[in-house]
Amino acid sequence: MSIPMDTSTAARSTRWRRSLPPVSVIVAILIAAVFIVVAFFGDLIAPLDPDLQNLLMGATAPSADHLLGTDHLGRDVFSRVIVATGPALAGPFVVALTTVVLGASLGLIAGFRGGRIDTIISRAADLIWSLPGLLVAIVVIGVIQGGIWLTVVVVAFLSIPNAIRQTRSATLSQAGLPYVAAATTLGLSNARVMFRHVLPNVRATVLATGMLDFVNAILIFAALAFLRIGVVPGESNWGLMLAEGQSLIWTNPAVIVAPALAIVAVAASITIIGDWAYDRASAEGER
Amino acid sequence: MGRAVLHRAVAAVILFLVISFLVFSLLALAPGSLETTLLGARPATPELIAAIRAEYHLDDPFLVQYLRWLGGAVQLDFGRSIVSGAPVLAIVSERLLVSVQLAVLALVFAAVLAIPAGMMAAAAKGRARDRMATFTSVLAMSAPPFVVGTLLIYLFGVYWSVLPVYGAGTEGFDRFRHLILPAVSLGLGLGAIIFRQTRAAALDVLDQDFITFARARGLSRTRVAVTYALRNVALPIVASLGLVLIVALPGAVLIEVVFSIPGFGSMMVEAVGAKDVPVVQGLALFSAVYVVAVTILVDMASAAVDPRLRRAEAR
Repeated sequence: MSIPMDTSTAARSTRWRRSLPPVSVIVAILIAAVFIVVAFFGDLIAPLDPDLQNLLMGATAPSADHLLGTDHLGRDVFSRVIVATGPALAGPFVVALTTVVLGASLGLIAGFRGGRIDTIISRAADLIWSLPGLLVAIVVIGVIQGGIWLTVVVVAFLSIPNAIRQTRSATLSQAGLPYVAAATTLGLSNARVMFRHVLPNVRATVLATGMLDFVNAILIFAALAFLRIGVVPGESNWGLMLAEGQSLIWTNPAVIVAPALAIVAVAASITIIGDWAYDRASAEGER
Repeated sequence: MGRAVLHRAVAAVILFLVISFLVFSLLALAPGSLETTLLGARPATPELIAAIRAEYHLDDPFLVQYLRWLGGAVQLDFGRSIVSGAPVLAIVSERLLVSVQLAVLALVFAAVLAIPAGMMAAAAKGRARDRMATFTSVLAMSAPPFVVGTLLIYLFGVYWSVLPVYGAGTEGFDRFRHLILPAVSLGLGLGAIIFRQTRAAALDVLDQDFITFARARGLSRTRVAVTYALRNVALPIVASLGLVLIVALPGAVLIEVVFSIPGFGSMMVEAVGAKDVPVVQGLALFSAVYVVAVTILVDMASAAVDPRLRRAEAR
């Protein structure tokens, strides 16, 4: 009688170990959490007014008054980096959300229905996916001279194909399983089988894809801001700070080093979490 | 094979037509009327506006305008720059060489670093070496080229002052010295992609029976990795090169701006900033041709590397 008990505890302990992420992932989650808090409460956390200029002072090196020094207009760099966190994450978050909702739906439909619908959706996704996204964004947003909303729309449009491809292949691996046939035999509508039965089984893939799309969007937004495309001059923005701070590299390197590290830290931590979620999702798919 | 190539060629032509139409539509999408866009900074006298309308055939239907423009583009006539008045083709070809040099350097750097590292990481799966290499690749992928470039400028240009950080130099060795930091900045992100593809592919291959068998016969690790595994890993690597070559294009745009290199990419940004639509159109169409060409070349290279694909029927 003790044997089943032993196996059950053993199973539980391996499951527990599997669910406990590795150290790098825990660190990444902590870093991402800090960024999310700063994104929401940046205005309260920032020690000084990020837009307050002091032209007499100009660019200065880090000091007790200004932790990361000041930029060419005498504005506090530390406060600007903090206040820029919210805008740096908000646009990409909308992109990721749109991408997940539209991409997952289209991917589900393509993978589940197959046939001509699949061909049309997949071909369109392949076409968009083959474009160099950032270049398209530079040209379209630069020529139309759009702002943040056009950027969101264009970047979402360019990100959706990846979500479609990932969801579609995850759906294909589910479509042949008995539970799908069973649900169909019960007379459930296609939509109900797709969204109530298949979607919960591919949701890990969808979420992991969404996180990587989020990172990708953060990097594209930063790159566009660095090229001064789709941004308002003078706003607190990591990419723009990097561009405007190029000439201050001798007087106060923190002007460019701080936003640069912020971009890398947030992108790397979310990538690590997304990779981990993706590995778990594919491991679960195999079981 | 023949059918597959034909299939690909037709798809490529369709892709090119779709993109060219979108590129032409850019002119109409720009804010303000077509005349003001095409006038640029010149004064808007009635005579000049009439001359512009005649020169660009603005009274014709949109589709006719597009076909005329496409007809010119196919013969490498992309019109004239609004800013300088010079033919777009002349401006582009003048600045293309340095971009190609940059891309080649970056790609060589990425491949030389990433392919052995990927094989090594796969062979040491899960051990410290693998985890370090994988973590580095995540960092390299998360750091956009302009961030890496800026940090390298600070380290090597300001802090240690050992390498030039501005412009492209003259030619020969001076050009090479000027392109080291840009190529490294661009190559890191590309290398990260190649590394991840190589590692994933090598992990698949190293699990195969023929590898175990080769090791069991007493062949050295290096011999197995190079002569047995690498051949089978080559296909995914070649496929990933396509993605890398396409990612390199916008990457080069950013890098050229960071290091003030007068190339194709910085020109794109200048033209967008100056609202020089004909130049933007020419550059965008050129990029489209590049993307389509890369896709076809990667297909052909895949077939060359993997004999199994040569026999595969057209999808």
